[in-house]
Amino acid sequence: MSSTVATLVTKRKRFTGRKVSLMISGWVIGLIFLAPYIEMLITSVKSKSEILAIPTTYAPQHWTWSNYITIWKQLPLAQYLRTSIVVSLSATVLVLLIAVPAAYYVGRNKFRGRTAFLFLVLVTQMFSPTSLIIGIFREVIRFHLVDTWLALILIYAAFNLAFSIWILSSFFASIPIEIEEAAWIDGASRIQALRRVILPVALPGLITAFIFTFISAWNEFVIALTIESSPVHQPITVGLESLIGQYQVQWQYLFAGSLIAIVPVVILFALIEKWLVSGLTAGSVK
Amino acid sequence: MTSAKSSAQLKPMRKGFKLGALPWIGPAIAVIVLLVLYPAYTMIKTSFMNIDETGTSHGFTGLSNYRTLFHNPNLVPVLERTLIWTVSVVFFTVIISLPVAQVLHAKFPGRRLVRYALIVPWAASVVMTSTSWLWILNGYYGVLNRILLSLGLIKDQVQFLGNPTQSFAWLILVAVFVSVPFTTYVILAGLTTVGDDIMEASTVDGASGWQRYKHITFPLLRPALLISMVINLINVFNSFPIIWVMTTGGPGYSTDTTTTLAYKITFRSADIGQSASMATINFAIILVFIALFLKVSRWKEND
Repeated sequence: MSSTVATLVTKRKRFTGRKVSLMISGWVIGLIFLAPYIEMLITSVKSKSEILAIPTTYAPQHWTWSNYITIWKQLPLAQYLRTSIVVSLSATVLVLLIAVPAAYYVGRNKFRGRTAFLFLVLVTQMFSPTSLIIGIFREVIRFHLVDTWLALILIYAAFNLAFSIWILSSFFASIPIEIEEAAWIDGASRIQALRRVILPVALPGLITAFIFTFISAWNEFVIALTIESSPVHQPITVGLESLIGQYQVQWQYLFAGSLIAIVPVVILFALIEKWLVSGLTAGSVK
Repeated sequence: MTSAKSSAQLKPMRKGFKLGALPWIGPAIAVIVLLVLYPAYTMIKTSFMNIDETGTSHGFTGLSNYRTLFHNPNLVPVLERTLIWTVSVVFFTVIISLPVAQVLHAKFPGRRLVRYALIVPWAASVVMTSTSWLWILNGYYGVLNRILLSLGLIKDQVQFLGNPTQSFAWLILVAVFVSVPFTTYVILAGLTTVGDDIMEASTVDGASGWQRYKHITFPLLRPALLISMVINLINVFNSFPIIWVMTTGGPGYSTDTTTTLAYKITFRSADIGQSASMATINFAIILVFIALFLKVSRWKEND
C-alpha cells in the first residue's frame, strides 16, 4: 500500500518536473523567435537621438509613439497597404480557382499525362521568381504590363500554384471516395459533389494553401521592386525601401512601418493556426 | 475493394483524356506555361545572346556568355559558398526543428502563445526580419553588443558583420531562424499522424523515451522530414533577401551565393546575357541538388 503511494508520488513529481522543463523550454523558444520583432518594436518608439546612443538602451527612455504618426504622414502607407491587399488577395483567389480543380482531378483520377503534369508542377516549384527575373521582366515589357497590378497578380499566382496543387491533391486523395459516391448517388453532379461535399472536408488544406500564397505574395520584394515604378502601384515591402537611404537609415520609421505591415499578417496567420497542422498533415503523410 | 470500385468509376474518364482532364488541369497548365516556363525559356535563350544595356539584342553569340562567366574569378568561390550555404542552413534547420516540434507537440501552459510566437518569423517578410537582424548586429548601436558587454563576454564593441567568414556565419543563422518555423510545423503535422496509441503501446513495452523516439517516432516522421527538406533546399538555394539586406553579398563578392551573384550581374554590370547564363546554371544546379537528394534519401522506396 505504502509502496504504491510512494510510486504515485514520485510519478507525479517526475511528471510535474517534466512539465516545468517543457514549459520553460517552450517559453524560451517563443522568446527567441519573437526577439527580432521585440527589438523592432522597441526601436520603433525610440527618439532619433536615442537610436544613435552608444551603448544602446534596452528600453526607450522616452516612448516616442508619435513615430507611427510621422511615418503614416511621411509615406503613403495606406496606399501601399491597399496595393499589398489587392495584389495578394487577387493572386490568392486566382491560385485557388486554378489549383482546386487541378488538384482535385489529379488527386482523384489516374489519367494519361498525370505523371507529366505532376512533373511539370514539381519543376515549377524549383523556380523562384528572383532567379527568373530577366525572363519575367522581358515578358512583362513585351505584354505592356510594366508598372501594373496585373503583372504582380499573375506572377505571384503562377509561382505559388505548384505548392497549392501539391498540398491540395494529397488532401483530396486522402478523402475516401465513398463520401463522394454517396453524393453522386443522391443525384449530385461531379461539380456539386466537389463543392458541397469535398471542399468542406478539405477545408484545412484550402486554408493552408490560402495562407501560403497570401503570405508569399504579401512579402514578395524583388519582383515588385523591379516591375512597379510608381508609388501608386508599389506594395508596402517596396514602399518602405525608400527609408533605407544610401548613407543613413531611419531605423525608427523603418521599423514602425515594418510592424504596420507585419501585424495584420501575423493576426491572420494566428487565426488559422489551429487549421495549419491538420492542413499540412495530408501533405506530410503522402 | 475500394480501388476496384474506384477504377471502375474512373474508366470513362481515362478513355477521354483530352475532354476529361483538360477542363480541370488546363488552366493550371496554361498559367505555368505562360508565366513560368515561357520566362524560363526566354532566360535560357537570352543566355546564348548578346544583349546590350538598353536591352537591344545583337543576335546569338553561342557559348560566349558562358565562357565569360567561367572566366569570372569569383565564380568558383561563389559556387563553393552556395553549397555550404544550402547544406548547412537545411541541416541546422532540421536539427533545430526536430526538438522544437517535440516541445510544441507536448502540452504545457502557454503552448498556444508559443506557437503563435513561432508563426511570426514565418508570417513576417524576410526583408523586414533581415533588417531587424542587421540592426541587432550593428557594430555601434546594436543591442547584441550591449548584451554581450553587460554579460562580460566581450570587452569592446564587436563588428559582427566585419569580416566575410563571420558575416557568412550570421547569414546562415538568420536563414535558419527564418526556416525553422515552417519546418517545425511540417514536423508537428507529422507528429500528429504518429498517434498517441502507438506511443502508449511502446511505453507499455518498456521502451525508454529516447528508444521510442529513435525507433518509432523518427521513422514515422520520414515523409514529413523529406518534404520539408526538399522545400527548404529549394527555398534556401533561391534565397535572396537575407544576403542582400545584410551584406549585399559583400564585401566584394565574399558572401555572395549564385542567386545574389546573378542579381548583381543583372543590375550592376547590366550584362543581361551573362546574367541569364548565370541564372540558367543556377537552375541546373538546383535540379541536380534535388535529384541527388531524392536519390540519396531514396524517395521512392516508401511509396
